[in-house]
Amino acid sequence: MANQAAIELKNITKTFGSVVANKNVNLVANRGEILSILGENGSGKTTLMNMISGIYFPDEGEIFIDGEPAVIASPKDAFDYKIGMIHQHFKLVDVFSATENIILGLEEQGRYNLKAAEGRISAICEQYGFELDPKKKIYTMAVSEKQTVEIIKVLYRGADILILDEPTAVLTPQETQKLFAVLRRMRDDGKCIIIITHKLHEVLSLSDRVAVLRKGEYIGTVETAKTSETELTEMMVGKKISLNIERSEPKDPQVRLEVHHVNCSNREGALVLDDVSFHVNAGEILGIAGIAGSGQRELLEVIAGLQKSDSGAVLYHNPKTGNVDNLQNKTPLQIRELGVRLSFVPEDRLGMGLVGNMDITDNMMLRSYRRGKSAFLERKAPKDLAEKIIEDLEVVTPGTTTPVRRLSGGNVQKVLVGREIAASPTVLMAAYPVRGLDINSSYTIYNLLNEQKEKGVAVVFVGEDLDVLLELCDRILVIGGGKVTGIVDGRTATKEQVGLLMTKTEGGKQE
Amino acid sequence: MSQKIKKHHEPLIHIVKRDDLLGWQAWGIRLAAIAVGVLLIGVISSLLTGENFFKVYDIMFSGVFGRIFEGKTSMLWKYLQDTAILLCLGLAVAPAFKMKFWNCGAEGQALVGGLAAMFCMITFGGKISEFLLVPIVIAASILAGAIWGVIPAIFKAKWNTNETLFTLMMNYMATQLIAYYVYIVGGGSNVITPVSTGALPVIGNLQYLLNVLIVAALTVAMYVFLRYSKQGYEIAVVGESQNTARYIGINVKKVFLRTMMLSGAVCGVAGMLLVAGTDHSINTNTVGGQGFTAIMVAWLGKFNPFVMALMSGLIIFLRTGAAKVADSNFLNSSFADISVGIVILLLVGCEFFVQYSVRLRRAKKEVEA
Repeated sequence: MANQAAIELKNITKTFGSVVANKNVNLVANRGEILSILGENGSGKTTLMNMISGIYFPDEGEIFIDGEPAVIASPKDAFDYKIGMIHQHFKLVDVFSATENIILGLEEQGRYNLKAAEGRISAICEQYGFELDPKKKIYTMAVSEKQTVEIIKVLYRGADILILDEPTAVLTPQETQKLFAVLRRMRDDGKCIIIITHKLHEVLSLSDRVAVLRKGEYIGTVETAKTSETELTEMMVGKKISLNIERSEPKDPQVRLEVHHVNCSNREGALVLDDVSFHVNAGEILGIAGIAGSGQRELLEVIAGLQKSDSGAVLYHNPKTGNVDNLQNKTPLQIRELGVRLSFVPEDRLGMGLVGNMDITDNMMLRSYRRGKSAFLERKAPKDLAEKIIEDLEVVTPGTTTPVRRLSGGNVQKVLVGREIAASPTVLMAAYPVRGLDINSSYTIYNLLNEQKEKGVAVVFVGEDLDVLLELCDRILVIGGGKVTGIVDGRTATKEQVGLLMTKTEGGKQE
Repeated sequence: MSQKIKKHHEPLIHIVKRDDLLGWQAWGIRLAAIAVGVLLIGVISSLLTGENFFKVYDIMFSGVFGRIFEGKTSMLWKYLQDTAILLCLGLAVAPAFKMKFWNCGAEGQALVGGLAAMFCMITFGGKISEFLLVPIVIAASILAGAIWGVIPAIFKAKWNTNETLFTLMMNYMATQLIAYYVYIVGGGSNVITPVSTGALPVIGNLQYLLNVLIVAALTVAMYVFLRYSKQGYEIAVVGESQNTARYIGINVKKVFLRTMMLSGAVCGVAGMLLVAGTDHSINTNTVGGQGFTAIMVAWLGKFNPFVMALMSGLIIFLRTGAAKVADSNFLNSSFADISVGIVILLLVGCEFFVQYSVRLRRAKKEVEA
């Protein structure tokens, strides 16, 4: 049974509009092996797996299952081919029990028999070493238990090709070990396991072979035993590309913002920021690199006063008064009242930074409407500002009364960044400010950030493109699994160095 | 394993999202929907009753406005009064709904406002001077409405309770309070005899003029508040995105509390207008379900008080007019509700055409090789 190709992809291409998500991908996964799909964010891993599980249909190329050409047009077709996918975000009904969720949607012969189903579930659990109470309701379950339900759900349907999308992202190290043990047992049972991940050490400890994707393209497959961390990193991040973003030397750097031992938990109680410490100087751009969801958003929100932290301190050195204020667990309004001019370009532009249904003028007003004692709004200044930004940043819009949701992504971002800069900040934080933007808009944003830096603003830039981070930033802080895994000099660091730090989630060394 | 290759045909009609409909075009579509609705009412009633198609509209019009051409304006005033009360309740719920706070408790808030007015009128009537009593009646009803409105907001802010259920529940409490009060005051009769102490003054001999004027002033005030005040702007931001509100430092809970207090207070005014300005008495049916119709007025008017005024006028016209048609033809009294329903349904349904346009299938495209 082993080493027999269970699934084979030939020249698979998938595009979304003008974005190429997958280009000519060739891939073979065998029975009785664990194949890792490795790649950065946006490298097309999930899109590829969605095509195997019938959520998307490839534009070009062919899929072979057990050597036969297969057409997988829907998730149901995928089940018929015994393919089961465990998504990153669980799709379970909270008020149902594990068993009810597992048999949900199954068209079985005979009566609805919960007892029999429970028996079969227990058998599956025993076979592979899962720990699950079939009667337990989903809403009382921990994340790892929910994942177990998802895995058993596909096994119950008889899947022998299992795809797991970043299964360890939500697990603790101990839970991860348990999951790996289960996956190895399934492999020994002759199943084909495909696991999507970007954690190098997991790839090395779990999988038999590794397929690497980069920016939608298939780079190659290597045998885990015959590869190294360095080789995989290089395959994953690629060679350095020169972008020619200008970078001036920081002038007169003084500490502007200090973050001391900040810990922060999410709603489920998991630690998302783990003892994070760093500082930002005035007149420099500090880049923050990391795999998506490593704590970047929480870090910025803790500084901006949008997220409560458990412990630690956020110290702001006020250049006007010379005071040092602790911003930890203050509201955005309290932070402003302290005289801290903190601007923040959040990742979610229309959901947080702007109000999509309001026009440009009213969006300008978000920052400034409180000014003055009058109970009424003053729309003249915001309107002037809107016109100035439209002109200076070349925003393409019919006018200042157009709702911002009608603008294109780049123009939305120009409006947002323009407004944040107009508040003449002393600290400017930008989360993924060029995501989804075309080249020209991206360079407009880089130039704006550089301008602010030269004015002596402390700029924090959270990015995903390592080439940009390495060319734009003076220093780069690398974050992995909520921990600072390293702070490197943007002028001397290499892509591999940063890439390695990004994937180092446990026992990260400070460099 | 079976091969599954399904052939897909391009569907006959395409639904395409519009993005550039001008304001007047959207209102054109809505006006057309109203026209179709009114036409349908005429067709349906003439089919049901055998009445001449045009006669139906004649009955409706004269039933609502009376013989204004002969100088008799009492029915017109009644129409304006009904419109004003409905609009007042609509104005009350508009800020709450604009904030996406589902205040389904306008009914109860207006009832306790009316109850407070009634209580002051009966308890203090004759004991203190009218000059003092009228302001007390007004203040008491506003306060009572505000308290009734802010309670669900407090629970929402503190424990994130569901405001829809909470406000609905508060309606029942208000109704029961009034039933109890009527029982106490009215004794066995379960009716409160109208009292004139503490009632709003009558301008000239036009019974409803003051009510109409008060609501007209409220309409302008609410428009200015929502459009030009800082608090109104905060309401809009919270309603559009609570994340954005938090991001720019708006205290969302405070806005909830403040706005619901306002919403309840304006409901209290409506209750006061009904009790101290119109009936001079109260019963559990004083508001008569208009607290719910008001929600429709607010949404149909897109929270613009002036458009809401037109919508209230339309709803009252249809309701009164259709009731007259039903009366004169021995139709069931539900005919009025059905008529209002037809128009509202079309008016809500036409939003589809505001958001989307429908295109027919084009010539079949070349199959990609």
